[in-house]
Amino acid sequence: MTLDLAAEDVPYLPRGVRLTTDRVRGGTVLLAPEKAVTLDAIGEAILSRVTGAASFGEIVADLAATYDAPVDQIQGDVQTFMVGLRARVFLLVKP
Amino acid sequence: MSAPPPIAMLAELTHRCPLACPYCSNPVALLGKDAELDTDTWLDVFRQAADLGVLQLHLSGGEPASRPDLVDLTAGAVQAGLYTNLITSGIGLTPKRLDALEAAGLDHIQLSMQGTTAALADWIGGYKGGFDRKMKVAAEIKERGIPLTLNAVMHRHNLDDLERTIEMAVDLGARRLEVACVQFHGWATKNRGMLLPTREQTLAAKRIVAEAQVRLRGVLAFDFVPPDYYADFPKACMGGWGSAGLNVVPDGRVLPCHAAESIPHLEFETVRARSLKEIWYDSAAFNAYRGTDWLPEPCAGCERKEIDFGGCRCQAMALAGDAAATDPVCRKSPMHGVVTQLLADSLAEQVGDFTYRAAPARQV
Repeated sequence: MTLDLAAEDVPYLPRGVRLTTDRVRGGTVLLAPEKAVTLDAIGEAILSRVTGAASFGEIVADLAATYDAPVDQIQGDVQTFMVGLRARVFLLVKP
Repeated sequence: MSAPPPIAMLAELTHRCPLACPYCSNPVALLGKDAELDTDTWLDVFRQAADLGVLQLHLSGGEPASRPDLVDLTAGAVQAGLYTNLITSGIGLTPKRLDALEAAGLDHIQLSMQGTTAALADWIGGYKGGFDRKMKVAAEIKERGIPLTLNAVMHRHNLDDLERTIEMAVDLGARRLEVACVQFHGWATKNRGMLLPTREQTLAAKRIVAEAQVRLRGVLAFDFVPPDYYADFPKACMGGWGSAGLNVVPDGRVLPCHAAESIPHLEFETVRARSLKEIWYDSAAFNAYRGTDWLPEPCAGCERKEIDFGGCRCQAMALAGDAAATDPVCRKSPMHGVVTQLLADSLAEQVGDFTYRAAPARQV
């Protein structure tokens, strides 16, 4: 199955997956079952907008406006990032 | 030598366990209840771990549910800011206790699987009725929506059920499945002749996992540990000795990995005497095989040295008689013939029964 998100899809972090501040190393970490993923600034910007209410299209539009970047380019980056997380079951899409 | 802070800590709260799996990762010399750290000492160790940089805490055993204070320990770990994972057989997790663990903030459960049927699982676990109880616990976990990983320990007697194991993981609502082929340390070495899979089983397992990963992408994530005796290159020991994780055993000694007690010349310091931070950075045991400077040839000149760090130190000890040798699993090891011979010998002696893990000695 394709894991690509459509514009109206609402992504969310399922129970057991959350962001935390790494108070020893600094930065933000995505914690998931038996895994910890260090986020770069882009990953953090994307996941901080995953609220369980915002749609994929809204997240992309917000990022494009915030960083004054073309929507097409942002959409591709966010899609790649989210598909990677979906493949690991760290991110789901609301039914 | 400088080391990064640890990411994960395995807390072996107890060696007590109702099961008697013949590949148990606990040492052959088991600690009894009287040797175990008390609640307050564990809670202090959890806070020290969080201060040191640990993000993930694995509450394990033995069976951690054998500890009456499991809920308090979980609550303390959560308060320390740790992502808290319970590694369990499920035995001892009543619905009431699951409610309490959930209320305490437990993040995730890793449930062990011995087999796909009661007959197989109870034979392997050495505990009659264990499978049925486990399935009831799994249903309770699913009903609550607690994130679940199924840990299927695989070997010659259950690898042929791998497809069914994967189906069960999906049915039980697991998001992650560990297909963990038995690693030969401690108890498992006593059962090598019973546990080593055949080459055909190993190849089939690789194919089945690869196909299922595609089919179940986005539904079930896989962690696959193939049987390393058939591999060309060794596993990276703990992602590098003393670089990512540490293990506190029931009496408070701190090990670089769960099998490290099999290396006889190492002395392990205890949280009863020193801080976790001092033990991680300064103790002789943690510095013994850190980094790559200590590596022997052919590892020192190998392009894979930053990938596998010469392989597993405990396996080098067990198979080459020297913890500082190249892991004999590596095809470049001068001792690789030992592995080839073990495979031939073990596959020839397939009859018999398991040597089950014993119960910890009781003080009278």
